[in-house]
Parts: sequence; C-alpha cells; structure tokens
Amino acid sequence: MKIKQISVFLENKPGHLSSICKLLADAQINIVTISLADTEDFGIVRLIVKEWEKAQQLLTDNGATVKVTELVAAEVEDKPGGLNKILEIIDSSHLNIEYMYAFTYRAKESAIMVFRFNNPEEAIALLSSKDVKVISEADLFAITE
Amino acid sequence: MTTLAGDQPEYFNPVSAPDFLMKDQLQRLQLQRLKRIVKRAYDNVELTRNRMDDVGINPEDIKTLADISKLPFVYKSDLRDTYPYGLFASPMSEVVRLHASSGTTGKPTVVAYTQDDIDVWSSVMQRAFASCGVHAGDIVQNSYGYGLFTGGLGAHYGAEALGATVIPVSGGNTDRQLMIMKDFGANALCATPSYFLHIIDRAEQLGIDLKDMPLRVGIFGAEPWSEPMRTHCEAAANMKAYDIYGLSEIIGPGVGSECRCQKGLHIFEDHFYPEIIDPETGEVLPEGQEGELVLTTLSKDAMPMIRYRTRDITSFITEPCECGRTLRRINRIGRRSDDMLVIRGVNLFPSQIESALLKVENAQPHYQIILTKEKGLDQLEIEVELTAEMFSDQVSKIEQLQKKITHAIETTIGISAKIRLVEPNTIARSEGKAKRVIDKREQ
Repeated sequence: MKIKQISVFLENKPGHLSSICKLLADAQINIVTISLADTEDFGIVRLIVKEWEKAQQLLTDNGATVKVTELVAAEVEDKPGGLNKILEIIDSSHLNIEYMYAFTYRAKESAIMVFRFNNPEEAIALLSSKDVKVISEADLFAITE
Repeated sequence: MTTLAGDQPEYFNPVSAPDFLMKDQLQRLQLQRLKRIVKRAYDNVELTRNRMDDVGINPEDIKTLADISKLPFVYKSDLRDTYPYGLFASPMSEVVRLHASSGTTGKPTVVAYTQDDIDVWSSVMQRAFASCGVHAGDIVQNSYGYGLFTGGLGAHYGAEALGATVIPVSGGNTDRQLMIMKDFGANALCATPSYFLHIIDRAEQLGIDLKDMPLRVGIFGAEPWSEPMRTHCEAAANMKAYDIYGLSEIIGPGVGSECRCQKGLHIFEDHFYPEIIDPETGEVLPEGQEGELVLTTLSKDAMPMIRYRTRDITSFITEPCECGRTLRRINRIGRRSDDMLVIRGVNLFPSQIESALLKVENAQPHYQIILTKEKGLDQLEIEVELTAEMFSDQVSKIEQLQKKITHAIETTIGISAKIRLVEPNTIARSEGKAKRVIDKREQ
C-alpha cells in the first residue's frame, strides 16, 4: 500500500531543479507530483513517478544524491473539513507526520494527500480502520494516467 | 644479512636490498653519489652554477654529507622561471621522457628523465610496492592518472618491474573501475586517497560491498591524507591502506613509502637525500624536530635537484623501524608550509578539516575551504559534498548534520565556519587530487 517517493538533494542555485526535470523528461518519465522543501542553502525535491527505479538509476548515474522513501497516500474529500478529518485520526494516535503534501487529479471529487510517517505500516492500518481510503501504488498510477 | 630474512621472508625481493644497508655503507654510497651529482649540476645547469658561485662554493668543497648544508636551495619557482628545459643537465638526445605538473597557477613545471633515471624510478617504486606487501603475482589496479602526471606511469613501471600484473585503468569512470576490480580480481589498488573515497561512495550507491572484493592493499598518495581516513578506507574495503610519498620535481611517486608497520614513511635515501630545515631560517634542524622536508636527488641525471624545498612539513622518526629497514623514516605529511591558512590570526591546515569531518557520523571528507573578506574580517566557509549516506528526505535531519559538522569543525580549529552542503562532485578535482582551498581574500 505504500508509495515510493524519490528525494533528490539540490543546492539552492539557478538551473539545478530544471536539470533534474530535463533528465526525467528526456527519459520519458512522467512526474505524477513534485514537492520542494527548501532552506536558504539547499532544497530537497520530492518526486512521485511511476518508474521510480528507472528514475533513481538515471539520477544516481548523473551524479545526484538520491534517496527512496515510502509514503502513505490517502484520498481526501475535496471540501471543507476533508483534511481535518484525517488529521484528527492521526492526532489521536502516537503517529508522527514528518511532512505531507497534496495534489488533485482530474475527474475526481477528491484530492490525494501523501504523508511521510515515522511508521507507515501502522499508519496504513490505522487509517484503513477508520474508513479512510488508502491508495495503493497501482491505484495511484491508474487514476493519474 | 639476517634482517633481510626477517621481513616477510616468503616474498623477499632482492631489489629491496638497499632498504637494509648498514648505516656506514649507506652513507658512503650517499656521499659518493652526492659528489657526482653536485658536479654534474654545476657543470651543466646554469642556475645551479650561478647560485653556487654567488655563495662561493665549488663542487670540490663537498667532502662530507654534512657539507650539503652549504649548498643553496632550489625552489618550485626556479622550475617555472627556467620553463621549460632550463634545469636539464642532459642533452635532449639523452632525455627519454618528460612529465609535467598540472600547472594550476599558469605554466606547468616540466621534469625530465634519462633511461637510467627511468630505471631508478622503476626500482624505487618496486621497493615501495614491496614494502607495502605487494609482490610478484599480485594484480595491481592502477587508478592514478596516466599522462603528464607522474603517478600513473610511475606506479605502472614499478609494479611491472616487481612482476605484478598491472591493470592500467587510469583515473575516472568509477563504475567501470568497480567492474574491473571485481572481474579481474585486483588485490592491490593505487589511487589518490580522494579518488578512493569516491570509489567507496560509488560502490555503496551501487550496492557493491568492497569487502567482498579481493582487494588486500591500497597504495594511496599524491596528496596528504589523515589517520582517521586510513581507518575509514581500511574498514570500507577490508584492506590495508599505505601512504606513499613522492613529487614530480624529485622523480614522481616512490621517494618514500610506508612499510607493513604503518608508522612513518621510509625515504629511499640511497637515491633521495632528505633534510629537515627550519622553513624561516633555512637552517638544518636537529633530528626529530618538525620542519620543512628538503630533498636532493642523488642519482637523477636529466634533472638533478639539489636541496629542493618541498614545502612539506614533517619530522624524522629517530627510533629504528620494526620492519628492519635501516632507511630513515619521516612522519606522514599532513600539511605543506604553503597550505597553511591564517584566518583571523588563527593557523589552519586543510587536513584539520578532514579530521573534523571524519569525527561526524556518516560525514565524508569531500570538502573545500572558501575564504572571503567581509567588512575587513576573514570569513571561512566550508563546502561539504553531501553523499547518499548523509542525505535524508527530511530537512531537519540534514540541518542536524550541518550543525554537527559546524560543531566538530569549531571544536577542532577553534574558529567558527559556515558549513554549506553541496551536491556530489561539485568540488573540482584535477588528476584525482581535490582542490581544497579557494582564497578570494586578495581579490
């Protein structure tokens, strides 16, 4: 049920992000979603792509520092209170969200929220037990294609 | 000759015999060679003749080894000033090889070899390999750069002369290096220490465990490296890592080498006469005191170097070595006198940064020091390459690492530095040697 995310270390300099995107574009790898965490000096680009192994290899071969982590993706109703419902479930547990980001997709009345938990397995069990739809990698790529 | 048999008897190589000469035998040989080379330089090199005439000394005045201190020094700048062939003592018809330094500051410096010089070079490199426990039948992967740089060909000829199998892979293309290392079964590797670090990182990225490789011995030189780095390299590849010393102005690699004791480097004194001097006054220092290493080539015909100022800071080790070699040892060179930086009045050597980085868990010593001036005050910034082991998808983890590095450096050098994490391979490397310092204060 977990989703693979590729993180890439970036110096905060012009052209560095686009060089990564260009590599992926040239290899015909589609970015499902991208999120950027940045500080004054450096940034971390987080990418979800279907062919994550190919992307990891490609970026590593081109000298990038890459790490693969596992996230939990959940469907969130695209209306007021949609996200809050999920956060309340998490708050009531001892799970910790390291970071999260959202994206929407076409022809659906909901958004996808991806979470980086300290313990993804436990999070999946908890969310599933509270009727939150946890999205598998197969489902994610099926609906985003 | 019982000492000979004591040193790894099953592999004793007769070429190593001069390593075990009695002191008086060695000194007789040194004096005989010194007299000859001083005369050769005086007769054939204008700069040497003029300098000796200036201080009123003749080749005939060299009667004992101690008389060497009467001779004027030769500096790196002399090679540049006489570029390209001004210090040659042989006609070009006898010069069989030229090498040159990378010339990062303008023109390169050129060095020359006759066939005899090449033979001497091969023999000292052969002795260096032997003292690091490499022997005939070993497979030596030579990852020093081939070309004008002396590292590649120097190690190549030495390993061949030893009877080892040489893989002349040269530097770069790390993925192929790893493939060759595994498939060809290399059990000895020659590289700059910074390049070997890169090999370690790359192997880890590719999920290759260097400990599963047949590597037994690493011969690392051409730049200073620290004791913590040795521990790091030896653990990563389950091998012994040895320091080897040399410089192109003298001959290239093979001026000195560690032995199995890993306690200092034996200088091949029958060919290179070492002195330790006070770099300020030029006076020869008492045995054991730290100073600048000065070398005289005792048998190099094409380009004799009389009292060449290496700028490398070290000291003689006075106790005899457990390996039985009678050759004098110097301590490992951690710094060069021209490497010393003065920042806000505090002395700093780049090697201190390396040691500090190695104290931080997961941190790798890929770094560059950048000096700038802001409102009249020196600013120290250290760029550290972020490798896969150091990276996290969480900003807070990377910031924690940054703090740990900042703290380790401040406690080591006593002044604070700004630490900037940079992408891998952004720090310039030439011939596998990393450029450690960028000083922008004067601009």
